[in-house]
Amino acid sequence: MTDVEQITGQVLDLARRALPGGEVEAAADSVHRALTRFANSFIHQNVTEDSVTVQLRAHVDGRTVTTTTTLTSPEGLTALVDRTVAAVRSAPRDPGWPGLSGPSPLVLPGQVDAATRDASPDDRAARVRAFVDAGQGLETAGYCQTGYWAGAYRNSNGQALHASATTADMDGIVRDRGADGVSRRSGRALSELDGAALGARAYAKATSQRDPIDLPPGHYEVVLEPEAVADLLTNFAYYGFNAKAHAERRSFAEPGTTQFDDQITLYDDPRRPFDVEGSPRSRLVLVDKGVTSALLHDRRTAAAAGAVSTGHGGDPSFGPMPDSFGFEPGDATVASMIAGVERGLLVSDFWYTRVLDPRQLALTGLTRNGVWLIEDGEVTRPVRNLRFTQAYPQALAPGRVLAVGAEAVPQPSRVFLGSWTAPALHLASWNITGGAAG
Amino acid sequence: MSYFDVGEAAVAAALDAGARYADARVMHRRYESMDARNGEVEDLSSTESAGIGVRALVGSSWGFYAVPDLSDSAARLAGARATAIAKASASVAGPAADLVPTTVSTASWASECLIDPLAVPLSDKGDLLTHATKTMREHGADVATALYAVWDTRKWFVSSEGHRIDQHVRECGAGIQATSIGEGETQVRSYPASRGQYGTRGWELVQGLDLLGNAARVADESRALLTAPQCPSGETTLILGPEQLFLQIHESVGHAIELDRILGWEAAFAGTSWLDLSQLGSLRYGSDLMNITIDPTLPGALGSFGFDDEGTPAAKRYAVRDGIWVGVLAGRDSAAMAGLDYAGSVRADGWSRLPMVRMTNVGLEPGPHTLEQIIAETDDGIFMENNRSWSIDDKRLNFQFGCEIAYEVKNGRRGRMLRNPSYTGIGPKFWQSMDMLSSEIEYWGTPNCGKGQPTQTGHTGHPAAPARFQGVRVGVRA
Repeated sequence: MTDVEQITGQVLDLARRALPGGEVEAAADSVHRALTRFANSFIHQNVTEDSVTVQLRAHVDGRTVTTTTTLTSPEGLTALVDRTVAAVRSAPRDPGWPGLSGPSPLVLPGQVDAATRDASPDDRAARVRAFVDAGQGLETAGYCQTGYWAGAYRNSNGQALHASATTADMDGIVRDRGADGVSRRSGRALSELDGAALGARAYAKATSQRDPIDLPPGHYEVVLEPEAVADLLTNFAYYGFNAKAHAERRSFAEPGTTQFDDQITLYDDPRRPFDVEGSPRSRLVLVDKGVTSALLHDRRTAAAAGAVSTGHGGDPSFGPMPDSFGFEPGDATVASMIAGVERGLLVSDFWYTRVLDPRQLALTGLTRNGVWLIEDGEVTRPVRNLRFTQAYPQALAPGRVLAVGAEAVPQPSRVFLGSWTAPALHLASWNITGGAAG
Repeated sequence: MSYFDVGEAAVAAALDAGARYADARVMHRRYESMDARNGEVEDLSSTESAGIGVRALVGSSWGFYAVPDLSDSAARLAGARATAIAKASASVAGPAADLVPTTVSTASWASECLIDPLAVPLSDKGDLLTHATKTMREHGADVATALYAVWDTRKWFVSSEGHRIDQHVRECGAGIQATSIGEGETQVRSYPASRGQYGTRGWELVQGLDLLGNAARVADESRALLTAPQCPSGETTLILGPEQLFLQIHESVGHAIELDRILGWEAAFAGTSWLDLSQLGSLRYGSDLMNITIDPTLPGALGSFGFDDEGTPAAKRYAVRDGIWVGVLAGRDSAAMAGLDYAGSVRADGWSRLPMVRMTNVGLEPGPHTLEQIIAETDDGIFMENNRSWSIDDKRLNFQFGCEIAYEVKNGRRGRMLRNPSYTGIGPKFWQSMDMLSSEIEYWGTPNCGKGQPTQTGHTGHPAAPARFQGVRVGVRA
């Protein structure tokens, strides 16, 4: 039995004795996370964290409390239970309580790469060294991260799960006179990260941006590289398929409706096999050839909608979110997409995108790390960064997607153990509202 | 064994392993939050977190290791590991690193707290939030939410230079929000700010907000926005309410003056800055009315402390004086690298995170006017309030903000309500256009400032008041 299984067992036993008749669940997450960060072509930050976090949730007499601790000694776990008992007596009533998950096995296994779990600071530094060297003397910046997670969940309804997984991420830029080129990669193993190849891609991007021009606002045909498409995934993930937002009519998503071009298929393929509510997770298709096919549910949204949880429990006030979201690849290359553009833009990356209206999923943001003008099927000039204001579903609507790239690139997401997997996209129109210079 | 002893064991082990400098922070934090929605509590959670984070400097390279075990043996292991990580950093080493001198202190500090927010009964807190959301629903909001959050943080800091500082920081805040949903769009009104108001104060801060007294108005305004005319497009005179102006300060001044950004240390993730250190002391950032201070000594503001997480005592200094850029937010190593002689703006959001350059209280000093005077002296313009969206480029120059609500200003009077207001501009051009500034300063708190890798959430404070700007582009359309 692993440490986290033992801890969840201890907490569950203590809680059941302290709260007879109550519904209780315990979860424990052990995380080893190491991140080597570089800037100005040297390692300026190098951090490692070992932590165990224990969460206890209790529902007693119609009231619910969630408590968390990092104190895992016997005294710490007893204090966690005592705190929960004290709080649940005076907590406000919770009529939306959906009940605990029942016994059900894992669908997905966790995947552990031993070399990644045991990676040393020197292993990460070697990837950084390779990236820096690929910058050929130009300034470089970024990080290389390795992580290991072991988690366990148990509840008074008989559910008991445990799993473990590893992750490895690298993200870096090369800077040439203020112009940045970027490359990113996420994997389950450190061996999937090639610092030299990532650095070479970033170098090529950075050095192709000398003497940029300004462009006027307007609607431009665009080829979005995978780094930019990952931003679309971020915002679809958080706002588009969240069943809570849908129930409150704050989302554009309408299951069963063709809302996207038929070249678009979106899915969540989690690395973490169960959520904090003890719901097993599996690969979930959210958009199937243009048709919105599913929403993300936690136990509360599922209960309210008469559905089942998809294993996306997390922040109950925000609602369910995926953490390993992806676009299915198509069959085009970036070169073939560029060749098909009469006048448009090649966009490397998006930056600081923020939702203006969640129902339309209208966002503003900027280009970053390179944007180039395409004329008559060829990249002709670098362009200074541009600001856009664009409804994302509108950009992917039927007939608006001209091609989908054949290579889907897994990239780091904002969530530990998560990733966004994105191909390049060729879109008919993107609404540029101004330049970053004024 | 005291927590000081734990920290000193870690530092001693780091030095034994070869570090030339080391420090350790033991932190213990209790956090409690509640969210209510449409008359019911939807989440009540409390967190207790404790552990030690150790920094070690070997040559010019840093290492950091954090663990939640506060035993003597774990602390010693943490110190040794931090040093081993620093040695690995040296394989891709940078220029010589040093630390600017600081006062070596043995001290205690605590923020002012009249009513312990963790001692207020949960039922009372729940009643406040559920009643506020019920009232908003009764006044037509489709989605009514309310929240509070409480942080109670104790820190024990020791360093190989002899620091021995403990601090007790209590922070809390609350807010309400009404969302009304129309055909194809949503409208939101918040009080008192888009994510609430926060400070290093006790529950008296929440009591002073009068959430219940504002719930009906907030909901009524969110409904009214659905049928209000669109904010027009074009260049105009813009008056910003203080809740929006504090975020303008945060995004276009606070982040731009972070020395780690200026030095390029955040280049890949958070971005850099348009500011060039060679222009410190001479660059015109804004109009003569613009005086921005960095001041962690402000009582009750969210970015207040006695000592930063490197042990540097809190002190006030200017970032912009009479419109000229004169100061930065700095840490001991970044200041030394830049040739500056001060630090004091380094914090971490927990024991497991590396302290880094962070805003403290970065805000405006008061101007000579009142909001009433500003409106009275405006023939044709737009008054915008409360932030709805924010976006700024990686050099902190080009920004676009959306606000929840706006009003026409015609012939010195506030006129019609306008929906979907937004404005855009370039930082120094915008600040140079500020021609009227109110004396009605309030301390606004931002509890959700993201920065760093792994990402940390910073708590920052921003004194701000209403102000007027000329020739601003408004009404950008999707």
